[in-house]
Amino acid sequence: MSESNTPRQANEVESERPETLDDEVVLDVALDTADGAMAPSVIPATSQGGQIPHAASGSVFRQIVTGNAMVSVLSVLLAIVLGGILMAVTNPKVAETAGYFFAQPGDMLTEVFRPYVALVQGSIFNWAAADTAGQLYPITETLTVSTPLILAGLGVALAFRAGLFNIGAQGQIIFGALFGAYVGFTWHLPFLVHLLVVVIAGLVGGAVWGGVVGLLKARTGAHEVIVTIMLNYIANFLLLFLLTTPAFQRKGSTNPISPFLDQSALFPELLGPQFRLHAGFLLAVLATVLVWWLLKRSTLGFEFRAVGANQSAARTAGINVPRAVILVMAIAGALAGLAGIAQVSGTEKYLSGGVAASIGFDAITVALLGRSTPWGTFFAGLLFGAFRAGGVAMQAQTQTPIDIVLVIQSLIVLFIAAPPLVRAIFGLNPRKKTKATGGPGSGTMPSGKIESGAATA
Amino acid sequence: MSTTTTQSGSGTPAGNAPSRPGKTGATELVSWKAGIGLSLLAILGTVLFGFMSNSKSAGFGIAEAANEAASSVAALVTFVLALLLSVWFVYLWFTRRRSGLASGSGTVPGWLPASTVAAVVVLGLAALGVAKVSKITLPSAAVGWIASVILLGLAGYTVYRTQAKKTTPRWVGGTFAAVFLIGFMVWIVAGGNGDEPSISLAGLIAGSVTLAVPLVFGSLSGVLCERVGVVNIAIEGQLLLGAFSAAVVATVTHNVYAGLVAAAVAGALVSLVLAVVSIKYLVNQIIVGVVLNVLISGLTSFLFSTLLTADPDGLNKPGRLPPVDIPFLSDIPIIGPILFHQSLVGYLMYIAVIVVYLGLFHTKWGLRVRAVGEHPQAADTVGINVNRTRFWNVLMGGAIAGIGGSFFTLVSVDAFSKDMSGGRGYIALAALIFGRWNPIGAFLAALLFGFADNLQSVITIIGSPVPSQFMAMLPYALTVFAVAGLVGRSRPPAASGIPYVKG
Repeated sequence: MSESNTPRQANEVESERPETLDDEVVLDVALDTADGAMAPSVIPATSQGGQIPHAASGSVFRQIVTGNAMVSVLSVLLAIVLGGILMAVTNPKVAETAGYFFAQPGDMLTEVFRPYVALVQGSIFNWAAADTAGQLYPITETLTVSTPLILAGLGVALAFRAGLFNIGAQGQIIFGALFGAYVGFTWHLPFLVHLLVVVIAGLVGGAVWGGVVGLLKARTGAHEVIVTIMLNYIANFLLLFLLTTPAFQRKGSTNPISPFLDQSALFPELLGPQFRLHAGFLLAVLATVLVWWLLKRSTLGFEFRAVGANQSAARTAGINVPRAVILVMAIAGALAGLAGIAQVSGTEKYLSGGVAASIGFDAITVALLGRSTPWGTFFAGLLFGAFRAGGVAMQAQTQTPIDIVLVIQSLIVLFIAAPPLVRAIFGLNPRKKTKATGGPGSGTMPSGKIESGAATA
Repeated sequence: MSTTTTQSGSGTPAGNAPSRPGKTGATELVSWKAGIGLSLLAILGTVLFGFMSNSKSAGFGIAEAANEAASSVAALVTFVLALLLSVWFVYLWFTRRRSGLASGSGTVPGWLPASTVAAVVVLGLAALGVAKVSKITLPSAAVGWIASVILLGLAGYTVYRTQAKKTTPRWVGGTFAAVFLIGFMVWIVAGGNGDEPSISLAGLIAGSVTLAVPLVFGSLSGVLCERVGVVNIAIEGQLLLGAFSAAVVATVTHNVYAGLVAAAVAGALVSLVLAVVSIKYLVNQIIVGVVLNVLISGLTSFLFSTLLTADPDGLNKPGRLPPVDIPFLSDIPIIGPILFHQSLVGYLMYIAVIVVYLGLFHTKWGLRVRAVGEHPQAADTVGINVNRTRFWNVLMGGAIAGIGGSFFTLVSVDAFSKDMSGGRGYIALAALIFGRWNPIGAFLAALLFGFADNLQSVITIIGSPVPSQFMAMLPYALTVFAVAGLVGRSRPPAASGIPYVKG
């Protein structure tokens, strides 16, 4: 544990270096949990800074290969490969074409890759479409679908940074949508004012539902994971109940859906009526910038991060921990509330029982993939938005159930959460010595290069 | 039901520390939480049961026995046994208490009050059976007002005790919960449609036990994992994969019992991933749990949509585990159909609860497990292999939850469908917390949640003053109160969620 960045004799460092994979993990965790006193943070502290402290030495190549960016890329790759295998195994046509694989290998490969081709076609660029609008439609759809994911993901990520596990994005989205939609269809205000009021209402709604969690956590010590899970259900049942009351139910409808929001309460469409992309996406970009500013440049953000890194130290340093906990949950809730607004004012245009879909849970995976950094979350949101949008097209074209997207997403997050696992699978363990891999040349190609890198260090 | 409420409410009085009666600790902090909480509930109860009651009366049907003669014999035997037990328990309680007061050191053992209450409840039910009562009818207004007065009285007593800086005795919370439940039931049934609305009490409770089966298995899995220091959010995934494998394997092998075994294996498999990733790779256990739930949901839905829907007869037609009557016991009126008319999974549930309880609290193994969960360093010092203990416990928990999952496809419905566990893994988590990380507590909490679930569907049929969504909310709201410390104090095992690094 004594290892740090202090310069030392090379051989001394060498001797103290962990020899095996386990040792390396142990070092990471010891750093992360204050030597076993706390639960490990959501994103290992070592990867938040972008540098693994005890991997500071070594060639540039080795740092790139064993670094976190590489792990993220490999995780995505691994998950896509595993998802592909799953789809290939369950696809009867693949088995059919595999029968004459050696005669015509192209058939089977086409069949294996067809779902992914459809996925790309449905999420990025549709080269088969007749006109430019049709060709660009998938990418706008991706942006539309990612908007609530990014917003809710930011809320989850922000709470992660303060050491809080916010599983409650689902409930916060519902509350944001509930408040915003009510204002949207009962009040009748001029164009921009109305939208602004709706957005504020959504912020307030989400902040209330998130703030309750913070309050309970700060005042009674109730574990936020349990509270948020329970509040998700409570919010959902409350929504279902309200949609049966005259105040919320659409006139003349027996379905539990609300009236349409006023035209003035909707986000303007960015690219004309043939695309669903709306100004909510700009709001998501703005929110990302704001969260970045909050975390990196503001005193409040510093307090959040201090509380997340070590509560006791933060308290000793004079930070009001309960206040920080309540505030961070309220802000996280407000961000998730914005996601609810993106749903009711952007894509759905009315309130229904399924307004939050599974965005709140996807947001957790988005924040984890983005390593809880604002821009990381933004791009993770785009990636998962692409999966969602492409998944719909894939299901329509190849009859591959969209559930495969869930499998790929969760595999990605599982791998990303355990960098040593991915490094072990790809043989990229930065610490792996000749002892572990046997003699030179017996290892796989990358690990061989690492050894040469280590030798030059 | 009253045993449940006694358990869950017994902690309501603030300050659970064993304070000796009569000793006023001026330095002892007496929280106002209990007083305020009970007062608010009492006022709510008065408004609902008293002011909002109607002139109708509520009927509670008691199921008729299938076999008249056997039933009356069983009832008589049960009645005599329960009477003897009750007298014996009460006698024990009083003598222990007296000797405890005299010496100042001895206390009444914790199991005694609960067992006494249970024996008295059984006695009462058996008496109903002996007297061949088929239906109880209660006037709602009268019962409502009596309940309100008792509730207000108990709340007032608590406030008075708190003001005098004394701790409130444990029976207050239990009685309060029981009276509240009775008042609530009468009020809600009387609010139904028709002139004399009634529900079948035996059916209601029997349904609750059935609905509670997966919850109990899930929460036992949680107890095993959390007691050893691993947070298990993946209960939902374990239930779901258990249900899936049970359906598929039972169909393929044409053997329901093979399905049951496959469910246990599947649950253990989910646990294996949880254990390896969180114990070996030291990833945050909550993340692994959440991600596993998503993964299993996606995986089973995907396989369901591709393979199972393509060939439902060959892959998704498991057949059922039939309910089994235990001779004699199932003939006892009311109690028999509730407890002893279960499927194999239901009986396994009783066994699992007892085994886990005895194992955790009365064996060397259990002591080690709890030591690892509370203070792994200390456990390691005395030579317990912390991570191995954790690994096997998590695996065992997964197997238990997997069996619970088989309930969905082998008992409740005889086919797998998408996301059929429907969030029950999370309710099991709630039951575990509400039951304070204790197998018996978790079992009773799961019964309570099953009761709320069943009550919701029953009152939807008869029509009720409370929207069904609020009834559905109840378990979750109760859990929030429980973790916020409003209903007793709940403290997880100290090392729960923290990986152990030897060093």
